[in-house]
Formats: sequence, structure tokens, C-alpha cells
Amino acid sequence: MAGLTKKTSAFDDENLSGRSQKLFFEVTEEENYTYYGNHEVDFNKRTSIDCEGINAHELNQKIRDSIRKGYGSIVIKNPGAKHSLGVGILNKLNLIFEGSLGYFGIGCIDGPTVRVNGRVGWSCAENMMSGKVVVENNAGSCFGAALRGGDLIVKGDAGARTGIDMKGGTILIGGNAGAYTGFMMQRGRIIVCGNVNANMGDSMYDGIIFVGGEPHSLGTDCVPGEMNEHEVRWLEQKIKNAEIDCKVPASKFKKYVAGRMLWNYDNLEPAEKKGILG
Amino acid sequence: MCGIAGVINKQKTVNVGEQMGLMLQGLKHRGPDSTGYAMYGTPLKKGFVMRFKISENEAEKVNANVDSPVDLKNRKNAVDAILKKHGAKVTKQSSSTPYAFRYIFDFKGDLTDLATEIETVEKTEILSIGKGLELIKDLGDATTVSDQYGLNKFMGTHGIGHTRMATESDVDIKSAHPYWAFPFEDVSVVHNGQLTNYWGNRRVLERKGYRFNSNCDSEIIAVYIADKMANGIELEKAMHDSLDELDGVFTYVVATKDQLGMAKDHMAAKPMVIYESKDIVACASEEVAIRNIFPHEIKTYDPYEAEVKVWQA
Repeated sequence: MAGLTKKTSAFDDENLSGRSQKLFFEVTEEENYTYYGNHEVDFNKRTSIDCEGINAHELNQKIRDSIRKGYGSIVIKNPGAKHSLGVGILNKLNLIFEGSLGYFGIGCIDGPTVRVNGRVGWSCAENMMSGKVVVENNAGSCFGAALRGGDLIVKGDAGARTGIDMKGGTILIGGNAGAYTGFMMQRGRIIVCGNVNANMGDSMYDGIIFVGGEPHSLGTDCVPGEMNEHEVRWLEQKIKNAEIDCKVPASKFKKYVAGRMLWNYDNLEPAEKKGILG
Repeated sequence: MCGIAGVINKQKTVNVGEQMGLMLQGLKHRGPDSTGYAMYGTPLKKGFVMRFKISENEAEKVNANVDSPVDLKNRKNAVDAILKKHGAKVTKQSSSTPYAFRYIFDFKGDLTDLATEIETVEKTEILSIGKGLELIKDLGDATTVSDQYGLNKFMGTHGIGHTRMATESDVDIKSAHPYWAFPFEDVSVVHNGQLTNYWGNRRVLERKGYRFNSNCDSEIIAVYIADKMANGIELEKAMHDSLDELDGVFTYVVATKDQLGMAKDHMAAKPMVIYESKDIVACASEEVAIRNIFPHEIKTYDPYEAEVKVWQA
């Protein structure tokens, strides 16, 4: 492991999985939160980009150019529900979309605070590492797929398979969620203020789903859990911070957890889990 | 992957051809192989409008077996003779390509008998028969097909359409959507997905006497709906039944003379976005298609799994 001392982050090694990652991943080290190409930005420095007539690649390039110039607040006008807008932003940034996004919007982000004044299509914020995303209208299916960290909030309804395969972070849904919400989730928390459709939490390994309304049915491996007072306070705070008008008090939410853990996952040490799941 | 779209204007006749063309062009990236339109014009007071083809579009195929003009002429004459034999009086006819025709005819006999006999002519397929329905499909993107058949000024109330990425069967007109629910006038279907119990269902329906023109799994939805309607079942009920009886992943859109409906499977595996207002309902596989007819911001939503919706014109 001669090259280990030269590392500046956990992400410049090809070998990212399992025990080898544990060797160099130390959450207390600040360098683990620094990426190549990370730029200092001023949140008071504001610019806007019109998405009319340009494609996703060109828009994403323009966002990067603006970040490079130190703009900390960027407003995207006329996004027109185009796909793959605002993906791969690994920087602190205030990003505002004045309209709806198509599929795979703001995927693979790490750090920005994003507001979408419209709807988002399938697989919004897929693989998000950190930051905060607020969607004002509804979200399509696979909302927050493989989420690893940060807060992902939709004020309306979310589609099927919300939080599929998520490995961390929090998804907060102001309305209802579709079938297979929390499918194969491995960590993190999902909060649904309304109802959830069939097979909630199917094949979940770990993580928690809080439901204000009623789940239509529970999937395999998903079982009711006991709420404690810390969780009630945490829920209250999360919903309040998200400015969601939830009719159900936090104390009346129901908690659901994984009924069993997979053998391989269960046999990992806590530190190893942390290394893998971030 | 495939893209599907539908639009219905409530109690209003508009340029639905332009609306569908814009929406389908916005879905081109989901399926570039062929494009199909099923559009509903002002219903005829008497008689029927029929769209049919007497050959395939072989233009893009290597070693294409292109039919000679003499073959095409003979087949068209054979169709004309069958219409005459059944007492159908053709009042108007036109064609945009050498192999696709539009007839308006007066007829009082059995539509099933007539349609079945017309399809006995070699390579001949009836795309649609109806009072208002006109079904047009060909190879190429939405603009290509629209220009070829002059669809961008089609006045009507509603329509559905499809951009196809061929996965289960060939790139040809007979495997392109929409499908007409033979022999029911004015019923058409477009589908996005894969049906896994296609062959089992097809054998059952074939034993009942229904005809299949292609090996495309989507065709079975049209035949299935036709079978249900033949037994007096309402469209919406038939669509609800299909969610349990058709297996696989699918979202499909159906249109009748005055209705537009959509159904999504239990897994919600195929996308659909809907915009509803008091004047118009538009649905498509992606919002970007709907936004082609509404440049301003609109509020849309995804229907949930196992959801069936039907809208009235």
C-alpha cells in the first residue's frame, strides 16, 4: 500500500469497495470532503443561465464555468423538463431551477443546495452524496435512487420505488409515495407524510421508513418498529425545517425497519459498514 | 424503450395533427425506428374512413423485396373489387405513398366480414376503419411521417401516437404502433413495455377467431380490448381487467371515438406523465414531449402503479 500516503481523498483509488476502503477512510479527516476541481464560491455572487435552446451537456458545462468564476448562486431559467440537468456538481453552490426537470436531474451531486420550482422526472438526485434538494411539486419514480447522503425533499407526491437501493441520507416526502418505496434500501431514512402504496420496504437490508399515513402493504423483510422520543424530535425538526405542512403530528408517525439482515452485511463490523455506506 | 403520447381536447376541434407531431418528435430519442399516429377527426355522418396498406416500406432494407408497380396495382384492384362485392361504395380516395391508401366509403353490411376479406389480398393490412379514426404509421421519425402523410393540419379532438424502438419484432409498418382493435371501429392502442404472457394469450385469442398481423407483443392489447368489448364490457373495466390478465411491464394508451384512456401495470415500471386542465389532457412517456405543446411551466404528475384513467372528449 505504498501509494496510500499520497491520497487526498477516498475517491482517487480504483478499489472502492469492502475492507480496502476502510484502510484509508477516516471521517474525521477534512481531506475526505475535498475533491479535485473544488472551487471557492461566493454565495452573494449571483448569475442566471437560460436553458432555452441549449442541451443538457451545454447547460452543465455553463454551470461548471460559472462555479469556476466564483458564482455561488446560479438560477437556471426555462429548464423545460429536459433530462440530465445539473448533474455531477461536486461543489458548494446555491442552484435554483425555475421550472421542471426531466429524467436523471441533479444526479451524482455532492454539496450543492438545490431548489426546483417545478416537478422532477424519474431518478432525481440519483447517487447524491451530500447537500440538500427541495422539489416544490411532484417527483417521478426512483426518486433518490441509491442516495448516499444529504437531504432530499419533495413537497408533493413521489412515484414508485422512491429511495430504491439507498445507502444513506434522508428522503422527505410531503405527500404520498408509490409502490416499492424503500425497495432494497441499505441505510438512511425515508419520511412519508402521506400514504405509501403496495410493498413498502421490500427486501430492505437496513434503514428506517417513517409513515404519517398508512402503507398499503409491507414488502418482504419490512416490519413495524418502535418509535423512541429522539426519533419523534428528529422527525419534528426535519419536517419543520423542510417547511412542509404535515397534518400528522410527529408522535403519530409509524416506524418501519428491516426484519432481517443479509448474512454478509450482518457480519461486517460497524466501522466497516460506515466505510462502505458512508 | 418506445415513447407513447396521447392528447384529448375537451369539446373542441383543434389541429390535433400538429399537437401529436410535436409531442412525438419530442419522444424521438425513445424510439427512432418508426412513428405512428391514431387521430380522431370530426366523425362522418354516414359511411366509414379506412386506412390500409398493400405493401411494406422496404426503402431502408438491404436486399429489399420491393413490390413492382404492377403488383401494387393488382392488389389495389383486388381491394376495390372486394369492396364492390360487399356493396361498399367508395366516395373518396387518396394516397400519400404507393402502398398506403385512405378510402371513404358508404357501407351497411357486416364490417368484420368486409375487413377479413380485404386482408386476404396479399400483403394487405387494414390499419383502421372508423367514423373518425385515421391510423397512419410508417418508418422514420414523427416529422418524416407527418410530412409524408400531410398530418400537420389534421383537425380533430384527440389522438394517440407512438415512437418505436424495435425490441421484440422487425422494423416494419406492420410491427409499428398504434394498433387498431380489429374489427371495432374507432378503437386504437399504443403501448410501451414488454408482455411476458404474450404467446399464451395469443393462442387463446386466436382460438376465438381473432387475427394477428404481426409478432409484436403490443398487438395483443388491441385484440384483448376488442375481445372484452365484443362481450359487452366497458372500456374502463376492460382496462382494469388487463392489469391482472396481461403479465409484464407496460403502460398503454387507448382511444375510442370520444375517449382517451391510460393504464399502468402493477410494477409501475414504465413511465407516464400527465397534464390535465379544463380544456385539454395530455399524457406522454416524458414531460419534455408535453412541453413541446406547452412552452410555459405546467403542473404535471405521474400516475401510480395499477392506475387506469379515462377522459372524455
